[in-house]
Amino acid sequence: MSHLIITPVLLPAVIGALIILWMRGDLLLQRVFSIAGTVLLLAVSVWLLGLSLDGQVRVYRLGNWAAPFGIVLMLDRLAGVMLVLTSAMALAVQIYAFGSGWDRKGWHFHALWQFQLMGICGAFLTGDAFNLFVFFEILLIASYGLMTHGGGGMRLRAGVQYIAFNLAGSALFLAALGVLYAVTGTLNMADMAARVAAMPAQDTALLRTGAVMLMLVFAIKAALVPLHFWLPSTYANAPGPVAALFAIMTKVGVYAIIRFGMLVFPQDAVTEGVIRDLLLPAALFTLIVGQVGVLGSRNLGRLAAFAAIGSVGTLVIAVAQFTPQGIAAGMFYTVHSTLAAAALFLVVDMIGARRGDLWLREGPKLGGLVAGLFMAIAIAVVGMPPLSGFLGKLLVLDATRDAPVVWAVVLLTSLIAVYGMARAGSLLFWKSAEPARVLAGGVWAGGPIPTKLETHEPVQDLGDAASPALAAVAVGALLAGLVALTIFAGPAMDLAQATAAQLADPDAYIRAVLSGQEGAK
Amino acid sequence: MEALLASAIGAMTAAAIYLILRRRSFAVVLGTTMLSYAINLFLFATGRLVVDRPPILRAGASYTDPLPQALVLTAIVISFGMTAVTVMMALGAFLEGGDDRVDMPKDDREPPR
Repeated sequence: MSHLIITPVLLPAVIGALIILWMRGDLLLQRVFSIAGTVLLLAVSVWLLGLSLDGQVRVYRLGNWAAPFGIVLMLDRLAGVMLVLTSAMALAVQIYAFGSGWDRKGWHFHALWQFQLMGICGAFLTGDAFNLFVFFEILLIASYGLMTHGGGGMRLRAGVQYIAFNLAGSALFLAALGVLYAVTGTLNMADMAARVAAMPAQDTALLRTGAVMLMLVFAIKAALVPLHFWLPSTYANAPGPVAALFAIMTKVGVYAIIRFGMLVFPQDAVTEGVIRDLLLPAALFTLIVGQVGVLGSRNLGRLAAFAAIGSVGTLVIAVAQFTPQGIAAGMFYTVHSTLAAAALFLVVDMIGARRGDLWLREGPKLGGLVAGLFMAIAIAVVGMPPLSGFLGKLLVLDATRDAPVVWAVVLLTSLIAVYGMARAGSLLFWKSAEPARVLAGGVWAGGPIPTKLETHEPVQDLGDAASPALAAVAVGALLAGLVALTIFAGPAMDLAQATAAQLADPDAYIRAVLSGQEGAK
Repeated sequence: MEALLASAIGAMTAAAIYLILRRRSFAVVLGTTMLSYAINLFLFATGRLVVDRPPILRAGASYTDPLPQALVLTAIVISFGMTAVTVMMALGAFLEGGDDRVDMPKDDREPPR
């Protein structure tokens, strides 16, 4: 049994605790340890993905307790891919936070960052439904702190909304778990899947209620319409790097939908397609609201937030098919849309730092580098060739070949998004009058940490940046990831298809957990 | 007893939802707290209602399901912590913004004139 499987949970937990205990006042130490921790996390994740490639489902029994009673962590291809995606994206965004000086705006940025990573990695690895709730709470609690990092009235107010919405969501999560426990008598996901499959058809009314409640919770996390209202203000008011990290949080919701949809509530067997029938219209409306929001936003932060909603819509359209082809397309689009959304939030933050605010109106002239980055990332986000968004959308369309409504919605909303991005870009970069503020480039800003933003600045001041060049490199790294995903689309698609094939065979997962437990207590 | 417990959970949930939908953060905090009480009771009931039995397996004796009790303990700890976080955040927003409304002001969507 490889103890490495628990490392993605333990490593950030230990580093986060160390930062709080011993490096509280020393930003340099915090930066070194936190970034080194994320690099290690990336290395471990790549190693775990390599392990999972052989198609075997690996089980880690905590305390070596036998499965339905003890808690298990599971490593399959889906978990491996999500871990690598999370840690790679987090590393780039963390370097941006360091370069842009955002991590100086409060004392606990790096500790909260590590706890957030712990919650996300744990949610991807756990094989226990109640543990999934606990990891959701961990990532949410860390995200409350990160979201209000830097302070400011508007941000705190958005934070209160965000917390209230998610507390209600957590309550619903507990209620759903209670219903499922009352029906199946277990909280282990594999055990639950086995018992659901063996349940007589006339006894499934309560089970279906529980399943739909659980999917509602995941839909809140994924920000599906009509449960998306928390997202625009939260993401638009969060600090740029934090909003970029949050790009993976909606994907945690989608991950949970995939996991439960494929494993515990297989379609047409027990729940009679009720999940699919609810998810697909929700996804279509999510896509419409997201892309129309891109066109309608008067604030660049809200524009990026609506782009994130739109990308989740496209993603869930593919996932809601619950076919191997749909899941494979969804996997590819997950990787693409996470990287693209993170890059978009970062470039929006770069623009904000140079303009002083994020309103879409005439303002100071911006440099060619920022304009170029915005252009490339906008192309990726709306899904135009040559970047991977185009391939992703093509795959989604291919997976929904027999649904003309889906094609119409995806293609029309893409046009709307192209128009929205073009409008924003031309307003920002062509209709600008005064010269940009003088760049404080390359200055190492050490010294005491200013604990919050100055009252007059709604966004990060470029003068506080430790190294604007490093921040631009981090955005470039995310863009390079998108380019790599485009060039190596073949191998990436092979991996996505292998992942989908593994998910389509829940029996292997269940057997891996419940059989062969001779050595366990 | 089932009817009593079910109506108590239902009444509390209804009150909680009413409070959460208010526009003042104090009412929202009370609402989420009450919602967590209702959910805790509900979780407790998922192990079936058994009176006067220990949550321990013994040969021959009947018992009550211990797992929901453990779940409720976890849920209490989490919701307690979350309430504290919400209160702090709402207080911060009140002190910075000058009022305790939950909805976003217009400045969030439109540029100030």
